Amino acid sequence: MGASHPPTISRSSALYEFLDGVRDQVPLLFGVAPFGIIFGALAIDAGIPPLETQGFSLFVFAGSAQLIAAGMIANAVPPLTIVLTILVVNLRHMLYSANLAPHIQRLPSRWRIILSWLLTDEAFAVASLRYRRGNTAQAHWYTLGTGLTLWGIWQVSTGIGILLGAHIPGSWSLDFALPLTFMALIAPTLTNRSDWAAALSAGFMAVALAGLPYKMGLLLASIVGITAGVVVEISTPNKKAMSE
Amino acid sequence: METDVLWGIIAGGMLVTYATRLSFIALVPYERMPEFFRRCLRYVPPSVIAALILPELLRTTGQFDLSLGNHRLWAGALAALIAWRTRNSWLTIAIGMITLWLLSSI
Repeated sequence: MGASHPPTISRSSALYEFLDGVRDQVPLLFGVAPFGIIFGALAIDAGIPPLETQGFSLFVFAGSAQLIAAGMIANAVPPLTIVLTILVVNLRHMLYSANLAPHIQRLPSRWRIILSWLLTDEAFAVASLRYRRGNTAQAHWYTLGTGLTLWGIWQVSTGIGILLGAHIPGSWSLDFALPLTFMALIAPTLTNRSDWAAALSAGFMAVALAGLPYKMGLLLASIVGITAGVVVEISTPNKKAMSE
Repeated sequence: METDVLWGIIAGGMLVTYATRLSFIALVPYERMPEFFRRCLRYVPPSVIAALILPELLRTTGQFDLSLGNHRLWAGALAALIAWRTRNSWLTIAIGMITLWLLSSI
């Protein structure tokens, strides 16, 4: 990545990038929508009124943090504790922020404000791989397309959850579409040994640490994976082949 | 809880969430990040995405499960093979979901 990307080619117009971002986020709909529906239903069940339930999705826009917060509200946990928990659950977003910083920092402030706000797990997964493909002059449109699509899915699915309540067909296992989509996303990017080392060690560490509260397992496993990737990169003699 | 308190939680939750997402983008210019740190950042996407996938396959019931009865593991393994060989996301999702439904219906 970096200075070597070729000058503008036809596919890099803003509209194409935006539509590509939308298209690449659509498969995640099947995985994300069930969680939005579950959040809506759970929040209503926790005694949160419909307007405030939708308010969580509109403004906080963070799936696992919202689910945990709804549970805490049901148990009348003090508000400050809930907000601090949301912070801890979302600490992993700092990794995403650091990863996308080189690309987003160069943009005007209105872009930095909106793209940062859309930086969820799923949007990061899709957008970060776009930046790895290079030719990034218009890639912020891609990131906007993918982020707005996810935001829209989250709003609609929360609304459905509010209306439906607890009537979710669990036997459809639609949430399984989420890991499947992530597999399809990650497969083309595992091009060398250091990428594989990062992915495998992070994956198995996440399995080992899945019992930890507040999504800490995901954060710690990611750090282990990053370390493994760097270690393998450094200890591989053919560094030329690794770096681009 | 009263709605005023709920809106307070929403506002606080929005603020802290946004702070984590904006953190490095707003505060640390890329040129100022140490070289070693930049090298680390390259491995964030494969690490995070793999860490999102594997627990969904191997800890489907809350604990480590390698048994034949863990349908998500075997449907996921087949889907991973499809993803690796074809790089087609719709085919990966379709095969994975259909395999899971078939295994569950046996």
